[in-house]
Amino acid sequence: MTQIAKETLLASFNAGIHLDGRKLTEYRKLTITTNVSRSAEGSARVLLGDTDIIVGVKLALEKPYPDTPEKGNLMVNAELRPLSNPRFEVGPPGDEAVEIARVVDRGVREGEAIDARALCVKPGELVWSVMIDICTINAAGGLIDASGIGALTALINAKYPEHTEAVVHYEKRTTKSLPLAHQPLPVTVFKIGEHFLVDPLPEEEEHVDARLTIALTEKNHISALQKGGSAPLSKEDIYKMAEIAVKASQELRKQILREK
Amino acid sequence: MGYEKRFDGRGVEELRQMEAKVGVVKNADGSAMFKIGKTTAIAAVYGPRDLYPKFLQNPQTGILRVDYNMLPFSGHGERVRPGGSRRSKEISMVMANALLPVLDLKEWPNAVVDVFVDLPQTDAGTRCAALCAASMALADAGLLMKDMVTAIAIGKVEDKIVVDLNYEEDSYEHGSDIAIAMLPGTGKITLLQMDGQITPEDLKEVFAKAETACKKILEVQKTALKEKFKKPEGIA
Repeated sequence: MTQIAKETLLASFNAGIHLDGRKLTEYRKLTITTNVSRSAEGSARVLLGDTDIIVGVKLALEKPYPDTPEKGNLMVNAELRPLSNPRFEVGPPGDEAVEIARVVDRGVREGEAIDARALCVKPGELVWSVMIDICTINAAGGLIDASGIGALTALINAKYPEHTEAVVHYEKRTTKSLPLAHQPLPVTVFKIGEHFLVDPLPEEEEHVDARLTIALTEKNHISALQKGGSAPLSKEDIYKMAEIAVKASQELRKQILREK
Repeated sequence: MGYEKRFDGRGVEELRQMEAKVGVVKNADGSAMFKIGKTTAIAAVYGPRDLYPKFLQNPQTGILRVDYNMLPFSGHGERVRPGGSRRSKEISMVMANALLPVLDLKEWPNAVVDVFVDLPQTDAGTRCAALCAASMALADAGLLMKDMVTAIAIGKVEDKIVVDLNYEEDSYEHGSDIAIAMLPGTGKITLLQMDGQITPEDLKEVFAKAETACKKILEVQKTALKEKFKKPEGIA
């Protein structure tokens, strides 16, 4: 990867643009394709600049958790595949993958992307489990936001398979969609020096002082927060970052709903 | 009762539709996608690069590592648990043996060439598709190769020996499923595995049909490689 001096970066940011000429609060080119895996009940491929990820949704009938007998289960997993970046290795998920999975999970769960009660088949006995797997094909920055976009799109894309009692007939897919309620999306705002920006290039991300991921629903309710990076943030910083995230999430959501 | 018509209507020697593309993973030193029917394999090559921990290094030669992986949502039924299985371990190992004969890593002592193959969707024939993609990715990485590697699953369903099994044929009761990797230049076989039963006489027919199929695959691989390395228009 190209190493860029912080001075060069700040000079570009002072002029209000990323190194590739985008405005600071503008994402790289985003392309979304659905139905990319016929094996999954729902799937989406997200290209964000050079980043390429595939998200698949699998459904299964399972016993509900004892504390939520009338609610379906949700699971989000992220795999930073070793094929997608020379830094990634074969083995169990590392810190980065776990953070992505958990932040996307909170956004989807707390933002009530799915009406969990509508996933219940028989209270206390049988509910649908929704399993979202995020897999990187080419990891080149913006992974949390791209994952969130992919997760929401794959959920919108998913169709139930047929079932008899507790047996799922995966080979027969119905036309019925999941019980979608809201459309939460995570937006990560980065702070480098005194500048705030979204979707840094990998060489810009090297110099990040702090980041804040804010998941927002279509009603602009915040459904997840995650601060990253070692520099502290002031309250004013956070308000400013939230403002950027609200605008960015609205733009992204428009594109997802257009291309679903 | 004979197997008169294939479940998906193909002729006995007809392969499913193939699609190949080289250079699909920007971060990798070489990469390729190979699709046959509804089985898609994406392969990426990294290296030759330093190998750690150091005790794994071989001062005589570079080594080849292969990691075959079905993505969690790529299975035919339930979600595939990530993190590898006995099955994926074995397939990774036989794939490395299938690819190594075409490489010469003597010039890269202590180094490793990593081949990663991920499958986003599957409908049988995954190790063969993975090998076809891996071979193109190695070529794309610019490694010296003596030949390409092509691979196909051949099987016996009832009385017929059919080429390129799909899931229905692969899981047919009393059927057999033979994975074959062949070097198209010499006709030598670098991977051979079977589930099921056949007669020694059947083997001849199996290899003859594999040879024909592998030639078709080689054409698809070549076209995809040439597509990436063709001269841009307007340059003499």
